[in-house]
Amino acid sequence: MADVTLNGTPTTPRARSAWQRLKVNRNWLGLWFMLPAMAFLVLFLAYPLGLGVWISFTDARIGRGGAFVGLENYEWLWDDSVFWLSVFNTLLYTTVASAIKFAVGLYLALLLNENLPFKAILRAVVLIPFIVPTVLSAIAFWWLFDSQFSILSWSLRKLGLISTNIDFLGDVWNARWSVIFANIWRGVPFVAVTLLAGLQTVSPSLYEAATIDGANRWQIFRYITYPLLTPIIAVVMTFSVLFTFTDFQLIWVLTRGGPVNATQLMATLSYQRAILGGHLGEGAAISTAMIPFLLAAILISWFGLQRRKWQHGENND
Amino acid sequence: MASVAIRDVRKAFGATPVIHGVDVGIGDGEFVVLVGPSGCGKSTLLRMIAGLENITSGEIRIGDRIVNDLPPKERDVAMVFQNYALYPHMTVAANMAFSMKLRGAARSDIDTRVKRAADILGLGPYLDRYPRQLSGGQRQRVAMGRAIVRDPQVFLFDEPLSNLDAKLRVQMRSEIKELHQRLKTTTVYVTHDQIEAMTMADKIVVMHDGRVEQIGAPLELYDKPRNLFVAGFIGSPAMNFLPGKLRRNGALTFEGANGIRLPLDAVPLGSDGRAAVYGVRPEHFTLADDGAEAEIQLVEPTGAEIQVLAKLGGADIIAVFRERHLFKPGDKIRLRPDPKLAHLFDAGTGERLNI
Ligand SMILES: Nc1ncnc2c1ncn2[C@@H]1O[C@H](COP(=O)(O)OP(=O)(O)OP(=O)(O)O)[C@@H](O)[C@H]1O
Ligand SMILES: [Mg+2]
Repeated sequence: MADVTLNGTPTTPRARSAWQRLKVNRNWLGLWFMLPAMAFLVLFLAYPLGLGVWISFTDARIGRGGAFVGLENYEWLWDDSVFWLSVFNTLLYTTVASAIKFAVGLYLALLLNENLPFKAILRAVVLIPFIVPTVLSAIAFWWLFDSQFSILSWSLRKLGLISTNIDFLGDVWNARWSVIFANIWRGVPFVAVTLLAGLQTVSPSLYEAATIDGANRWQIFRYITYPLLTPIIAVVMTFSVLFTFTDFQLIWVLTRGGPVNATQLMATLSYQRAILGGHLGEGAAISTAMIPFLLAAILISWFGLQRRKWQHGENND
Repeated sequence: MASVAIRDVRKAFGATPVIHGVDVGIGDGEFVVLVGPSGCGKSTLLRMIAGLENITSGEIRIGDRIVNDLPPKERDVAMVFQNYALYPHMTVAANMAFSMKLRGAARSDIDTRVKRAADILGLGPYLDRYPRQLSGGQRQRVAMGRAIVRDPQVFLFDEPLSNLDAKLRVQMRSEIKELHQRLKTTTVYVTHDQIEAMTMADKIVVMHDGRVEQIGAPLELYDKPRNLFVAGFIGSPAMNFLPGKLRRNGALTFEGANGIRLPLDAVPLGSDGRAAVYGVRPEHFTLADDGAEAEIQLVEPTGAEIQVLAKLGGADIIAVFRERHLFKPGDKIRLRPDPKLAHLFDAGTGERLNI
């Protein structure tokens, strides 16, 4: 029975207090160990999330608590064209940037996995965009995209390709592509380095076996490398999509959502309405509206991520 | 099927030479074992035949084609790796079918070949499993199945049994041998285990430090090792070596340390007093009154035989007897090597002196 103490002397159950049992019982012990993590999660994740969702059902403003107004904030948003524009912008931003980050990241990872000269240095260089603080790199991009002093415009002018400066951040579509470009620049290292780590777990003898089996380089990638990499691709792309979807800093420094809301993302719009505009309830509603999208992204990757058949099963090692 | 010819092949990794001119001829349908201590270049040589490693100089032919510059897929060889290198994301059937799928073979054709290979290897029940759901021996068989399905000109094995336990190793050893007798495909097999080499090979190539020491049939190497290295490498327990001198005054004998005298049959080479090494296998000692005196250190009965570790003329030797002598450590016995089966090597070069 479980009432045998560690030193082996059996004691009668009644002789021990409930407190003592709590200290010894395995299941309770498990709970004790989980408690700090649970407290942490509840305090810093569940509580703010719950509060945010609650506020979205109130008419709270900065400086005064709100009354419950039901779905009013959401009804208001439903008829708000700026909100729908921000949804469109966010989806465009996330889809295009994530897709390109994946393609470029995978390409870089494959390249860095080859035997290149100065491999170590190249790998370090790839990480630079990731190491630089976002705000700093955003400011750098701000200069690159400046309507008067842009080095890009200047170079193109010197080359004689354009006659007047490009208005990177002032034109609707230019601004969208510019911020997407900046996001890609910043996000590629994460994808590339993670995939590189995945590539390095593939045993070289598999490539040799495939070579002898008659596979060319493309077939090796198609039938060996890519399938073996899918689990890590699923993880890295989930994170990439989540980060991109909730991006705030880059946009805020570069455009503040402008021009005329062309680069307004849901995150920036929420901040603008809630903090700058003081309409906490409405801002919270916009944030809450992001949740279904994020859940969808997680669910998709959950099913993609579900460990493939070849990975689980009886372990016979 | 095809013969393989290796002519003066050299290999250097950067500035480090690893293979220093190797010549080996492998007949059509032959089972050749490359054997040697770790790091002697066996795998490198095998990988050069496969085309996974390019050769620095020399020539490799498979059949009547020089394959020096041919990529692996055009050499028509199949290789079984030490770690099996099974594709973890493919089932057993898909693993075996992969090469044919790449070649664009017809579905039905692939199925019959996979089925046939699975039957030969007893893999039928496992075709839909993934590699990680198999035992070590089954994985090993899948690796062979992948090679068989190809029906290649040459099979290459790189220490395929070294990840298996002792019992399974013996079993797979005979399975591979049987497979070869059935398919008669030219086979090059790498191992560092001389027992594997002796039991499986039609022909053994003994390598050492990137050079071939001797090529020959297993018993040829056992009976007439060409030098000290081969003599010490082939056979278990290893041959005993006693340093000393050749004596030609009167009867031809060998004089070891402490003045012990060992009998010799005709040795054409070497004058009186030549420094030499006397080699005798543990199983070639007999007890005889005119033998050299030896003091027993340790007795190890194995059941079928007893192994005796003894001091003979200051050197440690091992003798093996099939009879159940009741020896004790400290006993003095008189050992006489069979002169017909004794080996004599030059002390300097290590080359064999007797015929
Ligand atoms: N890629 C490489 N670069 C440099 N040196 C290498 C390389 N591969 C092998 N070598 C060297 O070549 C020599 C022969 O190696 P090889 O793998 O052929 O040995 P082996 O006989 O197969 O040994 P083992 O029985 O341990 O497998 C070794 O000294 C090894 O250090
Ligand atoms: Mg090796």
